[in-house]
Amino acid sequence: MRKKLLSVALCVAMAATTLVGCGSDDDDNKETTTKAPAGDDKETTTSGDDKNNSGEVPTEGSVYFLNFKPEISGEYEKLMKAFSEETGLNAKVVTAAENQYESTLKVEMAKSDAPTLFTVNGPVGYNTWKEYCEDMSDTDFYNMLTDKESVIKSGDGVYGIPLMMETYGLICNKKIFADYFALEGIADTGCEKIEDINSFAKLKAVVEDMQAHKADLGIKGAFSQVALNSSNNWRITNHLFCLPLYYEYKADNATDKQEITFSFNENFKNIIDLYLNNATVSKDQASTGSVDDSMAEFALGEAAIAQNGVWAWSQINVDGGKVSADDLYYMPIYTGAEGEESQGLCTGTENFVCMNSNASDADKEASAYFLKWLYSSKTGMEFVSKNYGVAPFDGFDNSAAEEANPLVKLANADVANSSTTTVSWVTTTTPSQAWKDALGVNLLAYAEGSAEWDTVVKDAIDKWKAEKAAANE
Amino acid sequence: MNSKSLKKYFPIFVLPTLIAFIIAFVIPFVMGIYLSFCKFNTIRDASFVGIKNYVYILTKDQNFLNALLRTTKFTIISVILINVGAFALALLLTKKIPGTNIFRTIFFMPNLIGGLVLGFIWREILNTVFLKTTGRPLTYTGADYGFWGLLVVMCWQLMGYMMIIYIAGIQNIPEDVLEAAKIDGATPFQILYKITIPLVMPSVTICLFLTISNSFKLYDQNYALNGISPKTNLVALDIYNTFYNGSSPFSEGRAQAKAVIFFLIVACITFAQLRLTRSKEVES
Repeated sequence: MRKKLLSVALCVAMAATTLVGCGSDDDDNKETTTKAPAGDDKETTTSGDDKNNSGEVPTEGSVYFLNFKPEISGEYEKLMKAFSEETGLNAKVVTAAENQYESTLKVEMAKSDAPTLFTVNGPVGYNTWKEYCEDMSDTDFYNMLTDKESVIKSGDGVYGIPLMMETYGLICNKKIFADYFALEGIADTGCEKIEDINSFAKLKAVVEDMQAHKADLGIKGAFSQVALNSSNNWRITNHLFCLPLYYEYKADNATDKQEITFSFNENFKNIIDLYLNNATVSKDQASTGSVDDSMAEFALGEAAIAQNGVWAWSQINVDGGKVSADDLYYMPIYTGAEGEESQGLCTGTENFVCMNSNASDADKEASAYFLKWLYSSKTGMEFVSKNYGVAPFDGFDNSAAEEANPLVKLANADVANSSTTTVSWVTTTTPSQAWKDALGVNLLAYAEGSAEWDTVVKDAIDKWKAEKAAANE
Repeated sequence: MNSKSLKKYFPIFVLPTLIAFIIAFVIPFVMGIYLSFCKFNTIRDASFVGIKNYVYILTKDQNFLNALLRTTKFTIISVILINVGAFALALLLTKKIPGTNIFRTIFFMPNLIGGLVLGFIWREILNTVFLKTTGRPLTYTGADYGFWGLLVVMCWQLMGYMMIIYIAGIQNIPEDVLEAAKIDGATPFQILYKITIPLVMPSVTICLFLTISNSFKLYDQNYALNGISPKTNLVALDIYNTFYNGSSPFSEGRAQAKAVIFFLIVACITFAQLRLTRSKEVES
């Protein structure tokens, strides 16, 4: 009897473990569906009590947004609830776990209840998902967009619309710079204050002298560490690479290329050498840290400069941080290109929203309405200011975002400054993640002295051609 | 319980597991094989392309072949190290020395930690060790530190587990056989080679199977420890990279084809190993 009981228990346990494996809903993907309260759909929507929106509120259809920012998943759930209550439409958001957007999207798109709205990172992401993208040129949302050229286009169709505008550059600690310029016996760099730095030559002179005086300044290095490992090298392989690519496209009047010449590779080398040789850690250890470590060094006043975007404010504004909003200065990334004295910060986005073309017409309509609502209703605008930063849409008040984030304020001032030219995010045209990974590995080898610069350049050119060709197979 | 009533209840006991097995294993497996002959983005929009994916990965994809070679090398070294080490530990801990239970527990514990966490912790440890001794970090591009570091982690994690299996095997050896050997004047080495090893062959079968398949399939520790680096690009990681990071619309199908080939290789090797070691198993 005992044996029988035992075997029954074992069978149950075995069955349970196997079933647990397939039955559990991914905990990584938080999901909330907000059902509209029964009974109030038709009545409330036809009465037209929504004063913020001139357009008709759809009466049916549902919205399913696949969110790419895990840090705002909770906020998004609240937003969807508010949207449902205001409009009576069903709305749902699923948030992909960090670095899992592409894999989550692949899974979700295969379901019968697929996302109606999802995001791609630019033309390259669009190329993967083009069969699922709906033309959005007729939507109110597109009409609200300020810069109609900033979208992902194919023929006459508009398939991806930017949700936000982000900016990156060299985030500087003015206090350390002021201390440096006040020191006795510093080299003659031709600069007397941080604002005088307007070219790579000047930046290099100041940074190298600052590094020489790091003990006097009480810092570990002029630049925070580069963090050249595969999880953290996006600041270099994606963001910094934008500059040589921008100048190459500009010289050739191109917006994308099947083959690059990497003609500005010397400029890329300039800035990378400057980062590596004047950082808080030695070149040999370039791969050990993370971007978090790097930003912590800046926040603690151990480094004077960190290359990053407006989103980094949350990493600077931390408990025990020694950098206040007034200490910040946003410097363009100078690489020694001609005419860079008037170069501005790098502004653009890697977040374009797309509408699923396989969704039903009602769902498409509801989704288009949701996007419009997001950028024009009070609730939506509050959410966007708080979580997305700068919204590139007509009638959108970006002062709230500036208020919340001093880097956004500095970035907006730079964009508005007519004497500087903003660098657009052309790295959205890099062929693939595989290409960026390869560049990262080669750059690390260069930093550690096990590869020559020529190898880095040649490999980047060759792989670009191969990956671009592969995309059109 | 007679066999008739056993038969009656058979479906009740088997069905839940069978259904789970079909849903969670058989269907995905068959679909996976089909998808390796397709071009697809999501599993719903697959279009059949024949053996194109296989031809590509076997003729043009140098990464895959390199990864296969590297994985084989890794497996050979780790299987030898783990099994020799685990067997030695098991021999030690079946001698009647004080504290054996504590040591058994300690050696087994690394198994209770998940792969990713383990990888991240070991990355810190190994980085410090390599920086102190060579002045270079674990991911140094000029040497194979990452590869050897991974071996250390793998041994550390699996050795304790294999040790437990060997201990069970050794404890099953009948005392009288050993005693008879001692009385006949056999040396400790003779006892080890002529009695202990032949009699723990069933344990060897299991341990070899587990270490070979685990070494081949290694993914999470590698990812956490080394990230994406050509020096430590083992097959499982290469499949992941192919699937998600390539630009070609055929990437997914190719990754799937790699996975199928990989499965065949692992299946063949472990099957051959099982046949071989089973034939060496003896009864006392």
